[in-house]
Amino acid sequence: MQAAAVPARSSLRLSRPALFLAPLAQHKGRLAVSVLAIALGVALGYAVQLINAVALNEFSQAVRSIAGEADLEIRGPRAGFDELLYPRIARLPQVAVASPVLDANAKLPGRQEALRVLGIDAFRAARVQPALIGDARGDTLELLRGDALFLSPAAADWLGVKAGDRLAVQVGLSEVNLRVAGLLRGGGRERLGVMDIAAAQKLLQRLGSISRIDVRARPGADLGDLQARIQSILPPGVMVERAQGEAARNAELSRSYRVNLNVLALVALFTGGFLVFSAQALSVVRRRAQLALLRVLGLTRGALLRLLLAEGALIGAIGAAIGLIAGYLMAAAVLQRFGADLGAGEFRGLHPDLHAEPWASLLFFALGVLVAVAGSLTAALEAARAAPAQALKAGDEQTAFARLRPVWPGISLIALGAICTMPGPVGGIPLFGYVAIALLLVGTLALMPRLAGGVFGLLPRPRGAGAQLALAQLRGAPGQAAVSLAAIVASFSLMVAMAIMVASFRVSLDDWLDRVLPADLYLRTGLRGETAFLSPPEEARIAQLPGVRRAEFLRIQKFMLQAARPPVTLLARTLPADNPGRGLPLVGASLLPQPGAPPPLWASEAMVDLYGYAVGQVVELPLAGESRRFTVAGIWRDYARQHGSVIIERERYAALSGDRNSNDAALYLAPGASPDAIEAAIRTALPGGANLEFGSPGEIRARSLRIFDRTFAVTYALEAVAVVIGLFGLSSSFGTLVLARSREFGMLRHVGMTRRQIGAMLAAEGALVSALGLALGLALGWVISLVLIHVVNRQSFHWSMELHSPWGLLALLAAALLVFATLTALASGRRALGVDVVRAVREDW
Amino acid sequence: MLVLEQLSKTYEGARRRSVLHGIDLHLAAGEYIAVMGESGIGKSTLLNLIAGLDRPDAGRILLDGVDLTGLDDDALTQLRRASMGFVFQAFHILPYLSLAQNVALPLILNHVDEDEAAARTHAMLAAVGLEGREESMPRELSGGELQRVAIARALVHQPKLLLADEPTGNLDPESAAQVLSLLREQVKTRKAGCILVTHSQAAAATADRIVILTAQGMGAPV
Ligand SMILES: Nc1ncnc2c1ncn2[C@@H]1O[C@H](COP(=O)(O)OP(=O)(O)OP(=O)(O)O)[C@@H](O)[C@H]1O
Ligand SMILES: [Mg+2]
Repeated sequence: MQAAAVPARSSLRLSRPALFLAPLAQHKGRLAVSVLAIALGVALGYAVQLINAVALNEFSQAVRSIAGEADLEIRGPRAGFDELLYPRIARLPQVAVASPVLDANAKLPGRQEALRVLGIDAFRAARVQPALIGDARGDTLELLRGDALFLSPAAADWLGVKAGDRLAVQVGLSEVNLRVAGLLRGGGRERLGVMDIAAAQKLLQRLGSISRIDVRARPGADLGDLQARIQSILPPGVMVERAQGEAARNAELSRSYRVNLNVLALVALFTGGFLVFSAQALSVVRRRAQLALLRVLGLTRGALLRLLLAEGALIGAIGAAIGLIAGYLMAAAVLQRFGADLGAGEFRGLHPDLHAEPWASLLFFALGVLVAVAGSLTAALEAARAAPAQALKAGDEQTAFARLRPVWPGISLIALGAICTMPGPVGGIPLFGYVAIALLLVGTLALMPRLAGGVFGLLPRPRGAGAQLALAQLRGAPGQAAVSLAAIVASFSLMVAMAIMVASFRVSLDDWLDRVLPADLYLRTGLRGETAFLSPPEEARIAQLPGVRRAEFLRIQKFMLQAARPPVTLLARTLPADNPGRGLPLVGASLLPQPGAPPPLWASEAMVDLYGYAVGQVVELPLAGESRRFTVAGIWRDYARQHGSVIIERERYAALSGDRNSNDAALYLAPGASPDAIEAAIRTALPGGANLEFGSPGEIRARSLRIFDRTFAVTYALEAVAVVIGLFGLSSSFGTLVLARSREFGMLRHVGMTRRQIGAMLAAEGALVSALGLALGLALGWVISLVLIHVVNRQSFHWSMELHSPWGLLALLAAALLVFATLTALASGRRALGVDVVRAVREDW
Repeated sequence: MLVLEQLSKTYEGARRRSVLHGIDLHLAAGEYIAVMGESGIGKSTLLNLIAGLDRPDAGRILLDGVDLTGLDDDALTQLRRASMGFVFQAFHILPYLSLAQNVALPLILNHVDEDEAAARTHAMLAAVGLEGREESMPRELSGGELQRVAIARALVHQPKLLLADEPTGNLDPESAAQVLSLLREQVKTRKAGCILVTHSQAAAATADRIVILTAQGMGAPV
């Protein structure tokens, strides 16, 4: 009888986990918000990571199929170098086979994107890059025929052609017809065309020039030795490096952009962790007496700490698991819609394939858990340190987080943050800049209780019982107010920083476009193709057209200064003879070389950062196989290229290199001449003129700003998520705080306060806290924007910009947040007042 | 069983306050005493010291010959967990746990096997007159019932010593009388020592003996 009355153990749920999970089940809403915040952060980070991995993977695969089994690669300027170098390399005793390659991005008439065309020596290439050999179906001679082009499957797909079709390629302004002879045996997923090297030289008007030699060493040869040996016979501007160097350089091309995206995604995760912090902090305040009771009943300090951290870990684990799934779906959707370049314009012509890598998934899962645990740490320590006997007394929660009040940790974090703005980049990444931002943020947050106490202490005594009580509550529990405050400061400051940075960038870009587009009409032979150009007779025809007052031509070439870095762009421009630097967007001082000194060169800011150029310095540039000396006459801002560019005078360039062609022209029209009429005249006057692209300064400017906005759209999206998470944190922290005080409200109602008065009190609290938070967030955000502009952006992209703060927008945002916060406080109050007044006082919790 | 020797306590801090001086007390095993004294004299402080929740400035606290003042926080916590039970004026029943879970808390903290814990919890609830209400939540109970739950929780793990700080302070006289007789009955059947802090003569009268805490020290009532 007695035994039967004992309830089944399952119905009692007396296991330790069951007891410790019970309080979590009490606050499903708070829990859900924390889980969601972590999930969002992990999802974003994981998605960006997956997309990056896909893109880089595609890249290195493509490069591998092109470089094949080479040990060393010899490369020079994009325009190529003397082919006589080839026999000298091939004859070196340690070289097993050397394969010369002509590599050019061919302009296709009517298409924006170029087709990469490789000219190879099929018999040598067969031993180094077998994937590049065309499938000639028995007719080996086909590999050598002058008009035969073999396409990679991806290229054939893209162009919609098959064996036997014809394909036009633009050389200069005229079109050359090629015959698609078949597909490549390999070629990966890159869009690629391959033909015989001699035919390619003739076709592309590059007689005697090659762009690369792939070298396979004899077995047992010392590669380092061979590399040094080869380098010693190479002319300036031509370099030898280990194979796969191209993959590394290409990865470098977009690394800054990718790292920035990753960091932004991590910011979202950080705000998620922050939300866990505020949720856990308030939950610990709310459960203060309950946790103290557990301590009295015999839970050790360490066990309590572990319990609360385990809560955080659980939140993190659930959030991270959801985040991984969401991130994968997100990445798949983004790849489907935009491709692997996320709209940044890199990685053209690759078809991505998504794989969830185990280590990356594990890493982001761990990050999610870690962030949640770290978010719980302060709260857990606070709870474990509280004296249990004291904490059982009513009103003790007012002292919670009082320990956070010392100022020196916050001050030293901020000081450390300031110091971290000084060092340069680490491996091209502004690591210290990011650390500085994190330190500034965390340091300010650490000062929050003290700041809150100070500011609320200074406020004058308001009129009205509600407002007086509100102020008294804020003064009495600055630690609690600081938690809500921190949520506002964190999200608003990041928002402000991004807004100021983007506005500064956009305004600076706009000004810059103004400076660099002084002419009435621009024309170019093609953005990405390297085979299109204007010849001197064509230039003359354009310049002599009636209505054209003046024509300035520009030659664009790429050359290598350091093997490990992406190529530097050389701009040979017609410059005014009296003051050549006049039309350039110069920053800082400039000078003209003394008579007898080497001729002038204007370097972009990236040249300063990457190669240490300085005004007045004499530098050497490899031009047509010779090293030439120039004097740096000025530094200019180049928002179009981030890997370095130099401007020299066109006449000098032509004289030194023998290259008299050009790519772009800026036309100044006679008064009354219409740009449209001139465009039409050029198109008809020049054979192949239809292949030119024209643009008015207005069009070019609009297009550039559109690209800018599209690039930053991803940034905006990530930022918006961080802000939304921050707002979540704000409302959840208000909600919890107010709910924790339902007993107080019950008492106030008993002593005769009306609902309206309590509502006014809460609204006053919400408004006071958010006003302070917004003010602090604005100040902190402004400081962070300076770090973004002068450290992070400068080190990532080597661009300087002027500070422009969108005050109107920021004021609007601040007002919106203030209203939101006040409404949130009111709404939570309504809920708290909904609790039965009688029960609120009678119950201990 | 419990011996206090020359115990003194001063609250440090901005507002320094000297509370207890030279307190001596002997409590035999199974003895039930009441401690009385004016408000603010240090009764709750004394219980906190004995429970190891606070530390004395001078003197010794011996529980079965072990000096508690020499133990660190973890050791004190484990001792408290195994050998002491508590009843508070404000009940302190966890609102998110059922009655059974609340009562079983000390057993679970002491790693008692679940079936055993269920059986002892059931028996304990029956002993305090709450049979069959295992699954009820605390908000469904009256103050007197809640305090009976607290007594069940204080004794379920068979502690040597029960510390009760004004357990009837929040109750009406009738419930108070019920709770006190229950407390005495349970303490005596389970052979636990008990220190009952109270302002009520009636409550004190249920104890084996009464001691008065004054600013001069501990003494018998005059
Ligand atoms: N944390 C503290 N800091 C400073 N003084 C304290 C602290 N806790 C208690 N006191 C003071 O110590 C004295 C004794 O407090 P205690 O709570 O032990 O009194 P008590 O005898 O239990 O009173 P009551 O019968 O009203 O419960 C009181 O004067 C109180 O003001
Ligand atoms: Mg007391």
